[in-house]
Amino acid sequence: MNSKKPGRRRFLKEGAALAGLAVGAIRSASGQTLAPETPAGKPKDTLAYGERSQFVNSLRIGTNGRYGMDNPELPRASRDYGIRTPLQDSVGIITPSSLHFIVSHGYDSPNIDPRQHRLLIHGLVDRPLSFTLEELERLPSVSRIHFVECAGNSTASGAVFVPGAARVAPTGTVQQVHGLTSCSEWTGVLLSLLLREAGVKNGATWIIAEGAEQGMHIKSIPLEKALDDVLVAYGMNGEPVRPQQGYPLRLLVPGWEGINNVKWLRRIKVVDQPYMGMRESTRYPSLRVDGKARWFQFEMGPKSVILRPSGGQKLSGPGFHQITGLAWSGGGMIRRVEVSTDGGRTWKDAAIQGPVHSKAHTRFRLDWNWNGEETVLQSRCTDERNEVQPTVAEVGKIYGVNLTADFFKERPDTLIHFNAIQSWRVNRDGSVQNVFA
Amino acid sequence: MYSLNHVLLVMAAVLCFASAVTRAQTPAYSKVGRTPSEEEIRAWDIAISTDGKELPPGRGTAKEGAVIYAQKCVACHGQSLEGSPLGTALVGGKGTLATTRPVKSIGSYWAFATTVWDYINRAMPRNQEGSLKPDEVYALTAFVLFRNEIIQESDVMDARTLPKIQMPNRNGFVPPRLEDIPDPRKRGCRLGHCP
Repeated sequence: MNSKKPGRRRFLKEGAALAGLAVGAIRSASGQTLAPETPAGKPKDTLAYGERSQFVNSLRIGTNGRYGMDNPELPRASRDYGIRTPLQDSVGIITPSSLHFIVSHGYDSPNIDPRQHRLLIHGLVDRPLSFTLEELERLPSVSRIHFVECAGNSTASGAVFVPGAARVAPTGTVQQVHGLTSCSEWTGVLLSLLLREAGVKNGATWIIAEGAEQGMHIKSIPLEKALDDVLVAYGMNGEPVRPQQGYPLRLLVPGWEGINNVKWLRRIKVVDQPYMGMRESTRYPSLRVDGKARWFQFEMGPKSVILRPSGGQKLSGPGFHQITGLAWSGGGMIRRVEVSTDGGRTWKDAAIQGPVHSKAHTRFRLDWNWNGEETVLQSRCTDERNEVQPTVAEVGKIYGVNLTADFFKERPDTLIHFNAIQSWRVNRDGSVQNVFA
Repeated sequence: MYSLNHVLLVMAAVLCFASAVTRAQTPAYSKVGRTPSEEEIRAWDIAISTDGKELPPGRGTAKEGAVIYAQKCVACHGQSLEGSPLGTALVGGKGTLATTRPVKSIGSYWAFATTVWDYINRAMPRNQEGSLKPDEVYALTAFVLFRNEIIQESDVMDARTLPKIQMPNRNGFVPPRLEDIPDPRKRGCRLGHCP
């Protein structure tokens, strides 16, 4: 095989010529990445593109409440690990695009000119194909509401470099602990349609998907899933996918851990084996206590969390309060959510707000009259396969460990896909605290 | 002049061919998407599988890799490959995976030598990704494998030798066989967790 290098250099040169920019302003890895354009300080016309009220200040946060991006104490590759969604402020099931969580493995979002961008489909196919964004937009499209969740969500895996994991800290908030999940309406072309156009050859069993950012993230995905419900998405909540979410194209792999949803998608190769890219084979496997590691866990399990009231909030006093939260499962639709207002002794069915979408955030609520006494609030969900969200002890059983808070802090490596029931303690003064139980 | 029979025969053959093509998936949306040239595909086709069939020509040894490492890698990964806040440790960690302080280095953890080549090639050095020539990637891969005591200093890494390297922790993953990965039900995964 010839070297790829001349190709990448050629793209670089052409890109520079096209954009009329200095070569130094172009990131080499993507080949298509142009330097940020700097519009000449035009004042924002909010009649042309609106903004939220100046009195609304819900914001994403970085690890442990700080923006990793500008925190020199954090390892560079870790600086954007987990820009978290303010779930506690959310209503309904859609995450505003500006508040969608971000994990980009330490890479800046490339500034891609869609006219330069191509999606290449090749490998074990009858007809390799190259698509422009415009061509993909001409094909039959679908819009679907799905969550995207980081595999490390709910572990506050910032514990790797921040002392005291938020998941077990009394100060832990729902944003710190669970903010690496978001839900959007995604619009695009079913990957199965594109693969049919290319004609998948016998013997193909996997695809690999590759991004156009500097590090060119690569992910192997079984062909069966690729032909099922995977989307090549160009739309997000009624407008083009945001740059931080993969503009102009991203893969959307419903219900599976976030790493599969390759952003800035530029290549899909149909192959006959997983390619064992660095992240999938060395970063995302989770260690068992015996030192072996589970790799390719794919599906996110059933999970729910109460958002109001939640850690760090304060109830105004005894009386009526609406308990509300979100439930979701990589296994399909949420069938049932139960809420306990007495630390798990008794459970009541919460009202589920419809329509319920498969592999999507699902809003639930329960009317509650607080009597002013200390208590613990919990939620648990059941998905369409009758899988019930586990307790902390049940997750420990699956792992074969006694899952105490100390274990959690000592062995964050062993805990991903953590979907145990979340407990919030309501104190007599109305303050709400994280409890690990 | 062809006889009617001849014409019918040709027509039948054409029809037969057409239906065979239909069974083998006909594109449904004509003139959407373009056929890329071989050269275009080659230029983008950089991912390396575990059997190494995509590895380009070239070669390198640890000795050559040490020189490149000193120029392009040492600032982040350190004099002794011990790592720094800017780059992960590339050596060490043997016997730590079952402890409370697991060190997941290339030597102690990574399952495939082809992953080392692929990752250096696509993502290193930071901010100059894609700038290394195949010989340099082979040499750096050899250097890292040598410093992890996986190969000898004089061993030549190329498209033939690299995929044959047995990584020390190759059997440290479940399921160990790649063909067993795609079926989570068979693996006993439930509630979002695999055993």
